Amino acid sequence: MAKAIEIRWHGRGGQGTVTAAKVLADACLSGGGYVQAFPEYGPERAGAPIRAFNRISGNVIRMYGPVLHPKVVSIADATLMDAVNVTEGAPDDAIFIVNTSRDPKEVRAKLKAKDSQKVYSIDATKIAVECFGRPLPNSSMLGAICRATGIVAMDVLLENVKKSFGKKFAQKIIDGNLNAARRGYEEVKEG
Amino acid sequence: MGKIVAVTGNEACAQALKQINPDVCAAYPITPATDLMQRFSSFVNDGKVDTELVLVESEHSAMSACIGAAAAGGRVATATSSQGLALMWEMLYIAAGTRLPIIMPLVNRALSAPLNIHGDHSDGMGARDTGWIQIYSENAQEAYDNTIQAFRIAEHLDIRLPAMVCMDGFIVSHSIERVEYIDDADVKKFVGKFQAVHPLLDLDNPKSYGPLILTDLYHEYKRAQHEVMTKVPKVVLEVASDFEKMAGRKYGLFETYRLEDAEMAIVVMSSAAGTTKDIIDQYRDKGVKIGLLKPRIFRPFPYLEIADALKHVKAIAVLDRADSFGGYGPLFMEIAGSVMSMASKPAMINKIFGLGGRDYLPDQAEGVIDELIKVAQTGKVPAVKEYIGVKE
Repeated sequence: MAKAIEIRWHGRGGQGTVTAAKVLADACLSGGGYVQAFPEYGPERAGAPIRAFNRISGNVIRMYGPVLHPKVVSIADATLMDAVNVTEGAPDDAIFIVNTSRDPKEVRAKLKAKDSQKVYSIDATKIAVECFGRPLPNSSMLGAICRATGIVAMDVLLENVKKSFGKKFAQKIIDGNLNAARRGYEEVKEG
Repeated sequence: MGKIVAVTGNEACAQALKQINPDVCAAYPITPATDLMQRFSSFVNDGKVDTELVLVESEHSAMSACIGAAAAGGRVATATSSQGLALMWEMLYIAAGTRLPIIMPLVNRALSAPLNIHGDHSDGMGARDTGWIQIYSENAQEAYDNTIQAFRIAEHLDIRLPAMVCMDGFIVSHSIERVEYIDDADVKKFVGKFQAVHPLLDLDNPKSYGPLILTDLYHEYKRAQHEVMTKVPKVVLEVASDFEKMAGRKYGLFETYRLEDAEMAIVVMSSAAGTTKDIIDQYRDKGVKIGLLKPRIFRPFPYLEIADALKHVKAIAVLDRADSFGGYGPLFMEIAGSVMSMASKPAMINKIFGLGGRDYLPDQAEGVIDELIKVAQTGKVPAVKEYIGVKE
């Protein structure tokens, strides 16, 4: 059985990290895969560090419990690099994607990433503010993850971003998020 | 084929209830219950079902209202979790003793004290002796499939007993995973039209529920209740066979995994069985002959069938996500009951794991298998019951 791709999200309560994990799961499901998306459950407080997880596989996923060795680590808030151990358990071929205005080389140094690990940065919050006026980074993070990992086709991801926001939000917000996802895909930098 | 979706276990169960469209649901849809009934109540609000939803002031009242509605002649469902089930306790016996086929998804979560609403099997195991059929699910797909099958089992004219469909709290109930939904029309056809038996609302034929039966016949009444339980496995298998024809997914009284040629076995229920299967594959790759047995129907417990499936192994580890303080874990006691009928008895160990949402991690399964290898080699059991995954 091919091993599942395991993803760990670091965010802060209220940022939409869990929703992003769900949108990614939906997108990978549309792509024909098996998926899991779940947060680490605890007291839910706005601003507190939270973790969420994805498993994506071409086969049935039987493993439950938190992701211990994430192939992909998505950090939606750069201040978390000082607050929690975001590199914990990451394998030698891990991919880090960080929401920051800083250069990816600086981020690499900050994370003390190994040469075999890949580090990407994306100014997801700035893109979000420019695209739909709110500092919610996850659509651009999703675009960046799509580019950095190739886990799902971009058009499938966009379809699912649209579906996810389409239920509750006005067309302007949906379009803003689609645009943010596209810009995340285009503007993510490796370092 | 039905629709493939990414949903939580709770969403999947709420979808099954929506497709079945019960006549009455009585529920107390806030904590300690989960969002399962809240999701179902939105189907009621949106006119997706024509269920009469009775929102009551407690879980005790929820079960009481279900009993009333079921005795009146309706198809009835509710859902609960944790303290909610504990508060229903008195009425659970009345539902079963009155032979009312109420269906109840149970999100397995811990019991107080200390206060904790994370996943374990303490609630379900506490309801072991209530007379309800208990079906345990490994994942959201099974929780959905089992909910649909539970209606057919419980409402079967030879059975007429309430059934709870269990899934692990948070791990399955609140986590999103891939589920294949069956088409509405197929579910409706599979479950069929509800047949009321002795409905109170048949006013031309008045009857009485809940009579006083003292020393003259209570004992016989309880024996009859046990006897009807012994008929459940046959119905479970018939329903599973029909279900497989419709949905292509196979169910039994229990599931085995790489057990046929195994020298050692792990017995574990629900989501932990999934994780354990992955670890078993790793040990199989190294040539270790280990297999798994996952009970699905916990009440009635298929002692002899399980004994037959385990009779060739040298050592068994039973993993319990609940404890009976001062006793062995509840699943261990059942497996010991199965082993009793074997001519040559395997060595047995009991591990208590995952209480109050403590993660069941791969290294715990590896530790159990490593110990089991030693037990199988030496036939010696240093300690029968131990907690694993403990912070020291």
